[in-house]
Amino acid sequence: MEEYLERYRPIVGDAVIHHLRQLARPLRGLRVVHVNSTREGGGVAEILQCLVPLKQSLGLDVAWEVIGGNPDFFECTKKMHNTLQGNRVSLSKALLKNYEETNRHNFERLEDVLKEADVVFIHDPQPAALLRYCDRRRGKWIWRCHIDVSHPYRPVWKYLRDFVSPYDASIWSLSSFAQVLPHPMYLIPPSIDPLSEKNRDLDPLELAATHEKWGLDPDRPIITQVSRFDRFKDPLGVIEAYRLARAFTPLQLVLAGSGASDDPEGAEVLAEVQAAQGEDPDIHILLLPPDAHRSINALQRISHVVLQKSLREGFGLTVTEALWKEKPVLGGDTGGIRIQVFNHHTGFLVNTPEGAALRIRYLLRHRDRLAEMGKKAKAFVRENFLITRHLREYLTLMIAITHAATDRIELDG
Amino acid sequence: METKPFIVRDCALIPLATGLRAQNLRELQNRIREAPPACIYYHFWGGLLRAKFDDPEFPNDFASWAQHSLHDKRLAERLAIINPMDFEDLEDLRREVLDVVDERLDELDFPPWVETDQQFHFIRSQIVVFNTNIEVRDPRELRDRMPSFSSGTIFYHFIDARRRPPYKQDDFSAWLETFEDVHGDLVLPIRAIDPYFTTLEELRKELTGILDLYFKE
Repeated sequence: MEEYLERYRPIVGDAVIHHLRQLARPLRGLRVVHVNSTREGGGVAEILQCLVPLKQSLGLDVAWEVIGGNPDFFECTKKMHNTLQGNRVSLSKALLKNYEETNRHNFERLEDVLKEADVVFIHDPQPAALLRYCDRRRGKWIWRCHIDVSHPYRPVWKYLRDFVSPYDASIWSLSSFAQVLPHPMYLIPPSIDPLSEKNRDLDPLELAATHEKWGLDPDRPIITQVSRFDRFKDPLGVIEAYRLARAFTPLQLVLAGSGASDDPEGAEVLAEVQAAQGEDPDIHILLLPPDAHRSINALQRISHVVLQKSLREGFGLTVTEALWKEKPVLGGDTGGIRIQVFNHHTGFLVNTPEGAALRIRYLLRHRDRLAEMGKKAKAFVRENFLITRHLREYLTLMIAITHAATDRIELDG
Repeated sequence: METKPFIVRDCALIPLATGLRAQNLRELQNRIREAPPACIYYHFWGGLLRAKFDDPEFPNDFASWAQHSLHDKRLAERLAIINPMDFEDLEDLRREVLDVVDERLDELDFPPWVETDQQFHFIRSQIVVFNTNIEVRDPRELRDRMPSFSSGTIFYHFIDARRRPPYKQDDFSAWLETFEDVHGDLVLPIRAIDPYFTTLEELRKELTGILDLYFKE
């Protein structure tokens, strides 16, 4: 198990690995449980697949439990998720009753492991009600909210708040995403795993084959946006920026995202994007399956510049992924993009298609600056947004939460 | 007298939201008054231990917000020049920031404001300090080990040390000074480093450079 952490040593260096080992020492043997609602698919599962073995490799006794539910439960939690992000949809009493019942059943199934744990991490709203059924809790319970709850639909937030207020602490990705709760609210941004299929280094031959696979010309610059076909991601604005920039420099545009056949608005946006594409052979709309991690990795790597021209964004892990691949990012001036994209350092924040076009031209004209910013971008992610930083903050939080609630915790001597 | 070994410690800092926010300069003034001292510490020093690529002339979060969100250059410059090391404690530092904000409010007819998504969020932090099990016995060994120290170690011994006795001094130079045969050529350049316009990585390189140069001579 020890080797799991060692795999990161060549990437993050000896000092980081040593730091993590020292920090984890007082936590050895601590019983930790993570609870979410899926073992595969989605950002939370991706992070846990990596974080759980990393904590185990540091000597913590970590379990990962997944709650189950009927289709009504998942309909309810999907709606809950959307309303917390601002959609105004009411949840019926029957759905909420089923939500609570499902949590109660899951608590009964997991009672022993939850009651024995020293620290319990409950991820997102799906299992948030578990705590209500735990009458004599032994450990500390922490609610990890991965969602941007800055502008929630109030009736649903008020309902959920009753379940999450009694927790010992909560974790939010950014301060601006948080709602005030009567306990410590920790801030831990998400991270990427540099060894995952989506981010690992790829063979140059595989990259060459990617050009061929998607009909891209390796001799002309490529700009790419990877995102769902969603109005908030502004794919039409990206096409406009491409057209404005192409008048000055040869260019190919890749818009890569999943088909989202179950999302009526997604299909509508895709149709608009396809209409905007017209007969232009240099606009490539790629509909990829949700698990096409390696293809996304290759597309990001063969791009010269990556865009994430969102009008509204959560943290924006696609930005992190591109920066890690030494690509300057042109990002919308919103959400978590602001703490990743710094003008002239890791890319540019843009507010309009015109702004994006200007920066595309600038970067393609100044290839030395492009390369320099790419290197800086990778170093920035290495320092701040890799899973090892995420792990460090979880360890720090666990020490803080299991010690006195003071600003300064001195562990020894 | 035998000199005590240098006990190398490390630290990790974790930020917490306080729920306190400001959307205009008057609100900023009120929130600075009521914010816990840990917020003042975080907004002056926390930048060194978190993701940041900011203009070096606006080294604290208040100055940076004044420049980038309020677009009040005059205020940004006045806040940026505040050196947190000049103050005995965080309450003195808080008073200085308030003086600057009060003065600016006096000069303005209306307090400048920002859009909702540009609010100033007051953040505090908890710091966990732990032993590394490394003891350094002499200055040469410090030179050898310095390049491998973590960012947390540099922060704890070079930045955070200034809040502990002997106040306003870093731990490295304070320890080196206890050696009779160590000259000012080593201690003074370390004390001359301005820790406020740089990164921890750069600080480590600077410290390593000074130690290397001294022992080459």
